[in-house]
Amino acid sequence: MGSKKKILIADDSELNRSLLSDMLADTFDIVEVENGMEAMAVLHEQELEICLLLLDIVMPVMDGFEVLAAMNKSGLIKSIPVIMISAETNFSYVDRSYALGASEYISRPFDERTVRHRVISTIMLSSKQKELSQMLAIQMYEKEKDNRLMIEILSNLMEFRNGESGLHVLHIHTITKLLLETLINKTDRYHISQNDINLITNASALHDIGKIAIPTEILNKPGKLTDEEFAIMKTHSAEGARILSDIPLRENEPLIKVGYQICRWHHERYDGRGYPDGLKGEEIPIGAQVVALADVYDALTSKRVYKDAFSHEKAVNMIVNGECGIFNPLLLECLEEIAETLKHELHVASIDSSSEKEILSAVETMMKDGEMGTSKRTIQLIEREKMKYNFFARLSKEILFDYTVIPEMIILSEWGAEYLGMQEKILTPKESDFGAKIFSPQDFNDLLEKMKNTTPEDSVTETKYLLDINGQKKWNKIIAKSVWSDDDVPEYMGAFGKIVDIDDEKKKMQHLESLATRDQLTGLLNHKAFKSEVSRIINSGDGRKYILVFFDMDNFKMANDEYGHMFGDEVLKHAAERIKHSIRNADIASRMGGDEFLIFMEYKDDPEPQVKRIFNQISGEYKDFNIRLSMGISFAKDAEGEYDKLFNMADMAAYSVKQTGKNSYRFYDETVSEILNESSFEERKL
Amino acid sequence: MTLKECYEAMGADYDEVMSRLKTEERVQKFLIKILADSSYKLLCDSLEVKNIEEAFRAAHTLKGVGQNLSLTKMYQSASVLADVLRDRHDYGEDIEPAFEQVKLDYEMTMSAIRKLAESVGA
Repeated sequence: MGSKKKILIADDSELNRSLLSDMLADTFDIVEVENGMEAMAVLHEQELEICLLLLDIVMPVMDGFEVLAAMNKSGLIKSIPVIMISAETNFSYVDRSYALGASEYISRPFDERTVRHRVISTIMLSSKQKELSQMLAIQMYEKEKDNRLMIEILSNLMEFRNGESGLHVLHIHTITKLLLETLINKTDRYHISQNDINLITNASALHDIGKIAIPTEILNKPGKLTDEEFAIMKTHSAEGARILSDIPLRENEPLIKVGYQICRWHHERYDGRGYPDGLKGEEIPIGAQVVALADVYDALTSKRVYKDAFSHEKAVNMIVNGECGIFNPLLLECLEEIAETLKHELHVASIDSSSEKEILSAVETMMKDGEMGTSKRTIQLIEREKMKYNFFARLSKEILFDYTVIPEMIILSEWGAEYLGMQEKILTPKESDFGAKIFSPQDFNDLLEKMKNTTPEDSVTETKYLLDINGQKKWNKIIAKSVWSDDDVPEYMGAFGKIVDIDDEKKKMQHLESLATRDQLTGLLNHKAFKSEVSRIINSGDGRKYILVFFDMDNFKMANDEYGHMFGDEVLKHAAERIKHSIRNADIASRMGGDEFLIFMEYKDDPEPQVKRIFNQISGEYKDFNIRLSMGISFAKDAEGEYDKLFNMADMAAYSVKQTGKNSYRFYDETVSEILNESSFEERKL
Repeated sequence: MTLKECYEAMGADYDEVMSRLKTEERVQKFLIKILADSSYKLLCDSLEVKNIEEAFRAAHTLKGVGQNLSLTKMYQSASVLADVLRDRHDYGEDIEPAFEQVKLDYEMTMSAIRKLAESVGA
């Protein structure tokens, strides 16, 4: 029962419905409704179960045409086939039904044979279509999957040919596709399906990835290569194959398999005189044969550092005459056949690669044509993204980088590379200037560790390093996002991010910080900063012994009055210099305000010698002015961690000096408070 | 009364209906169903209140039923009436004669079917 397909009959005549039902009930489950509105309700409710609608035209509430229109609007017309049943034989009814998407039109009086036959064939046709569209969807999905994988590889490796690669990849792609399509019209010897064409065409983009392992000097050498250099150059095909076979967990992807063949064997020749394996004739996989031919054609017709571009005709001639090695004669036939198309197709994409604007507009034109395959568009989109990225990176003067773990390398944005004086592509960055000189090796390791120690959920790191950029030390901030694979157990793949110059910012901050903590006249700490630092130390419980020294000048008012404020300031600056000169690095000094100064220092057994030395160093003649101090000293151990208490004791000791003849120093003890009691210390405070 | 005799009495096409619907049993079943069909009553009621649209649908249904069961005479007069009523909004002189013919043919058809129903004990 459940396996029977369900048919909906919409007819306002009960008699008509039961007649139809009677004819179909043995094969189908029947649902009956008596107007269009009810029909729509059932269709929405049971869209997946209903496999056919038998629809009357003349019905109350909502007629058959209105049902068709509603099904068009909601898209139901695509999933549920409709057979119209009507007493109307008027052609305009029939035409209108077909125009609105009905599959069949049965006029009354109908006979059982016709009804059954049309119902069954309509259902079969529609389920066939559903299957087909499902197959198509799967195919599309596979293609997109390939493309995504492609982007993964290409985006890491595209830069290797110094800007030439984008167009070259595009050309090879186009030529390969044209050659293959022509080939399958000529012969079915190679059993190439449309899917294979897509695969080979996509994989063609990978043919030269092995060149990543070739030194740039050789790759871009303008003149003829030496034998030794050529031998190195030749390793790129085997190297590319190795790179592909090393991609973890991907070795079974059809794209990788085909890519491997193309990488390794696109320099083999039909007569066995190619490299690296000297394969001969059909030993060379057909994909590699086609890409080899495409590669040679594009190399001839493009400008390279070592040669000018040949004309299309000349190139075809050279190839056919065997000047670039021997190719499969069948493929040569194909090449000659597509010659005209090729000339046109490549023209669209063959633009001077130095002009970004032209490339962009060419890409746009091709997009508008809508003829491009998904993967071709993918490549162009990458190109475009790359341009955008370089452009914005240049505008913002930021160094963008892309770090991959395998193979270990860093790719810098164009501007970034220029600015740092580095190549855009840096292999084994730890050993390069990038990781050993611009970054200190420790900092670079720290950065790599930080990026690696992220998680897929929390993948962004931000750190500041002092970089050496063209001999100048500059603070930079590195913001990076680590890339993790989609696998069940995510694998760390690398990271990308930017390096931002924050040197000015950092210097400004440092300046502001010092403004906030320093006394402007003398450069010593201000009292607030001094207090917080001393408080921190006396509460740190470090077990050391400290004293606080407080002093003012006995006759500073006279300096101001007799020689003017400018001179007064000079005296204060002089005193500050003497303080800086006489204290040790770990000691802390502050100008509290006016002519009052503070020094906080550690002592070992007896603090007196160092206090005496400081007292003597600061006292003395400055120009015509004689600096004399009243200095009081308190012990941190007596302050119980309270700065104010510590300060008060030193202050009292200094005041007691003033009361007892000035120009001296005194350590705080009980006698100080006795002296002060007598001389009403409290009065001074008021 | 046999099915064939009934068809002759109705001015209907026995051979044609048998060729399409295959069995006497089925034809008879649906024929008797017509007795309970409300289309004719709907037609009469609609015309009485001059609801032309509803009357058209009823005539159309009657036509379809007649067509399905090869009730030639009833089909023909219902068809004429449906054409008269199609796509119009005003009651007109031409409706009455067409309706009268449908009445005649319908009554004749029904009385034959009733006799058949009695004879088969339905």
